[in-house]
Amino acid sequence: MLLRHTPKEIKERKALTVNPAKTCQPIGAMYAALGIHNCLPHSHGSQGCCAYHRSTLTRHYKEPVMAGTSSFTEGASVFGGQANLLQAIDNIFTVYEPDVIAVHTTCLSETIGDDIPQIARKAGQEGKIPKGKYVIHANTPSYVGTHVTGFGTMTKAMVDYFAESEGTRLDQINIIPGFVEPSDMEEIKRIAAELGIKVVMFPDTSDVLNRPQTGRFDMFPKGGVTIDALRSSGRSKGTIGLGRLASGPAARALDSKCKVHCELLDLPIGLTGTDNFIDAMRKMAGVSVPESINIERGRMIDIITDMHQYFYGKKVGLVGDPDQLISLAEILVSIDMWPIYVVTGTQGKKFETRIKEITKCVPHEVKVVSGGDMFLFHQWIKNEPVDLMMGNTYLKYISRDEDIPFIRFGFPILDRVGHSYFPTVGYRGGMRLMEKILDALLDRKDRDSPEETFELVL
Amino acid sequence: MAPNKTNTAIEIDPSALKEELVAKYPTKVARKRAKQIIVNKVDDCGEVPEMGANARTIPGIITQRGCSYAGCKGVVLGPTRDIVNLTHGPIGCGFYSWLTRRNQTRPEGPDDANFMTYCFSTDLQDEDIVFGGEKKLRAAIREAYETFHPKAISIFSTCPVGLIGDDVHSVARDMKEELGINIFGFSCEGYKGVSQSAGHHIANNGIFTHVVGLNDTPPEGKFKMNLLGEYNIGGDGFEIDRIFDKAGITLVSTFSGNSTYDKFANSHTADLNAVMCHRSINYVAEMMEKQFGIPWIKVNFIGANSSAKSLGKIAAYFEDDELTARVEEVIAEEMVEVEKMRLDVKSRCEGKVAMLFVGGSRAHHYQDLFAEMGMKTVSAGYEFAHRDDYEGRVVLPNIKIDADSRNIEELDIQPDAKRYRPRKTEEELEKLKSKGYRFKDYDGMMPDMENGTLVIDDISQYETEMLLDKYKPDIFCAGIKEKYAIQKKGVPMKQLHSYDSGGPYAGFRGAINFYREIDRMVNSKIWSYVKAPWQKAPELSATYAWEGMSKEG
Repeated sequence: MLLRHTPKEIKERKALTVNPAKTCQPIGAMYAALGIHNCLPHSHGSQGCCAYHRSTLTRHYKEPVMAGTSSFTEGASVFGGQANLLQAIDNIFTVYEPDVIAVHTTCLSETIGDDIPQIARKAGQEGKIPKGKYVIHANTPSYVGTHVTGFGTMTKAMVDYFAESEGTRLDQINIIPGFVEPSDMEEIKRIAAELGIKVVMFPDTSDVLNRPQTGRFDMFPKGGVTIDALRSSGRSKGTIGLGRLASGPAARALDSKCKVHCELLDLPIGLTGTDNFIDAMRKMAGVSVPESINIERGRMIDIITDMHQYFYGKKVGLVGDPDQLISLAEILVSIDMWPIYVVTGTQGKKFETRIKEITKCVPHEVKVVSGGDMFLFHQWIKNEPVDLMMGNTYLKYISRDEDIPFIRFGFPILDRVGHSYFPTVGYRGGMRLMEKILDALLDRKDRDSPEETFELVL
Repeated sequence: MAPNKTNTAIEIDPSALKEELVAKYPTKVARKRAKQIIVNKVDDCGEVPEMGANARTIPGIITQRGCSYAGCKGVVLGPTRDIVNLTHGPIGCGFYSWLTRRNQTRPEGPDDANFMTYCFSTDLQDEDIVFGGEKKLRAAIREAYETFHPKAISIFSTCPVGLIGDDVHSVARDMKEELGINIFGFSCEGYKGVSQSAGHHIANNGIFTHVVGLNDTPPEGKFKMNLLGEYNIGGDGFEIDRIFDKAGITLVSTFSGNSTYDKFANSHTADLNAVMCHRSINYVAEMMEKQFGIPWIKVNFIGANSSAKSLGKIAAYFEDDELTARVEEVIAEEMVEVEKMRLDVKSRCEGKVAMLFVGGSRAHHYQDLFAEMGMKTVSAGYEFAHRDDYEGRVVLPNIKIDADSRNIEELDIQPDAKRYRPRKTEEELEKLKSKGYRFKDYDGMMPDMENGTLVIDDISQYETEMLLDKYKPDIFCAGIKEKYAIQKKGVPMKQLHSYDSGGPYAGFRGAINFYREIDRMVNSKIWSYVKAPWQKAPELSATYAWEGMSKEG
């Protein structure tokens, strides 16, 4: 057994986290910053943070993930990291020549209280920031929130630093996609284009973390939201923030800074999530939904009606991030599956209430915890197994020990490809999700059916 | 078979390239990097130029390096399966070091402890940072004990722990007394030192102080030794175990691949320490020699020839004819398959060019494997090594201790009053030495490299790209962060930290695996498909027949 020490009996733990269902803020900030065109993320802290974040993002995307670090030593930790950051800014603009350096803090620099805007001002005064180039920042102490919060904070920094309200309103809407895959961001843009809506999407990691093999390495690839686009976001007709936790702070900041009205929606994963997203876009932009979208929607429903018998009444265990879990629970409930365990490492009572509300029609007890861990999730499973689990790669250990089918979903996925190329948002993404669920369930059925009931046609 | 392409690497002037490499940096940075980029020159006495190693990383340069915590928890102590390794800090550090290094372990049965698949953390929150985390740490240790009942719990400090002044060592002492199991802490905050290397040293000190020597029961076996600095990545340690078993050599412990607490506890009963990764573990070797009288030698089980040589060196130490004969037999037996594969692969790989920028030993060790395939290493360097790993231990007395190194404790070790037992008499040692046998010695990487090769410490992303453009190597070896930027340039990239998905590469079967792997990578057809037909010949040079006809018509 891989997780041989996990007992069935559940004891309350107050201090010890075992097998976390979250990681720390800075990695989310780094991921978000990679979604700005010509931007180098920079980790202000010990170099291990940067190495760990780059490694994890690289393993997840199988793409180059470039970022700088202030490489704190003991001296910097005592006297402050100003000298390190000034030198880093100088080196980065000299050697790598980005347009933006997006600095995020770490538990180290936050504990000693480094003031990034002050250091950036000093860098400016010392001529270390070339004309027309920027140093932006987000405070992301690792002992507050999670990787999702870090993503939200850096995304908000894009608004704080760049959004401008002067000038006429533009015929465009902003979309903040949330902590989703580059493939999802690409799909959201495609849907908007299908609706004939001009959008500013930020951050945008498509064409950054799912780029083609061309025989060429570009430090700053084609993708990412441009500074001009970010500036113009303050003059858009409105903002749609997808995923309240990851996109809420930036969407609300645009509203208060530039009076751009915002609507916060669930991630467009699944049927109702996508319905609400398209409906909101349609109304905000004043367009009508083309037939092509209706066809996509119809196809997704067609799969569900065709295969409903396999979904019905299946118990599912979910581990992941709040925004994703809300939408996942919603689609699972709408196809009559029973999400009975929902675990996130991110704290939030609202999340628990929301999941309870979504799953209230499930004819089974539903356990939900925010600030939980995979160890507890595993113990729940030991007490009553499920038919399917969805979550990041770490679930494979539980999957193997308990012999439960498992779909990789969320962050990080370290052992499979596809997530960065094929979306799970929108109706097409929904179709892919349905395919994945069916594959997992039917492969299991084919494996376990007694020979006399083993069937050709399913 | 396709002929080997002529490589441009041969025509590069390394001194000119060095100038070019540093030209883009700000002046002070250029000056510093110039000391860390060295054109190799081995003189007649085997001496090499000085390398500026183990210096502070230049902020913003895009380094490969990680931190002290990674070196301590991740590298040295991570591979031990039955200690609960508790990270004291915010969640990230524990999360990122959870199962990501591919250290394999093989519990002895279903009831044997294995915590390597688990991640334990105190997950500090802001109120802990404000009011201190000791209370939470104590509670977490109690909870870990109650749920898991481990033999030992170790605590790893992360950056904020040192800053807020949590005393993990006093917590460890108290909890050890309260729970009656061994509990010890490591002050391996990420900001200590200049790289992972500081963490290795801290780990060595801790494991030596708190575990080594706790059990004096001598293990069975005639030829008893420890293998130090072998982490069982991709099963390397298992392959070495196999060879030792076959030769009749008993491994009392391995530091720390596939290791257990008990094996560390009586590792001091061995008669020889053989060091693989000099950088990460030489401290334990030195301390065991001083306290218990166990001599240490440097070995290398990367490369079939190196493995054979290392086996011979171990046999020679024990001065037993039977063992020497057995080792020779084993080598002869193993080399049959190795040679078959080597010659086959060599026919496709000879003359190809490799670069290695990794670790504190591997950039050196793996050059042997490439050489066995007829491949040439034109440039190499370490990520976190010290001068002795480049220039050899001969430079140890000349290394200036800077502020960052001074902060890493150097333990004062004295011979153990009862248990110090020189394994060989002075005369025996002298006799061996007179035959050319070398104890506690490591020549470093540079004397093994050709003149004119470029040796670069702590290589940056910028320099990496420049090397790729200039040398156009056939393969580049580094770590996961570098991998895809290199491959995007069309150069296959082999991870030598975690081996991507492969291994073992140590020992004889490992060599076979590596030959095969490199053959696969440098001769893969996929690289020839990167350009589409229309990108290779964008101009339309012909028209279809019917186009001509329609014009005529």
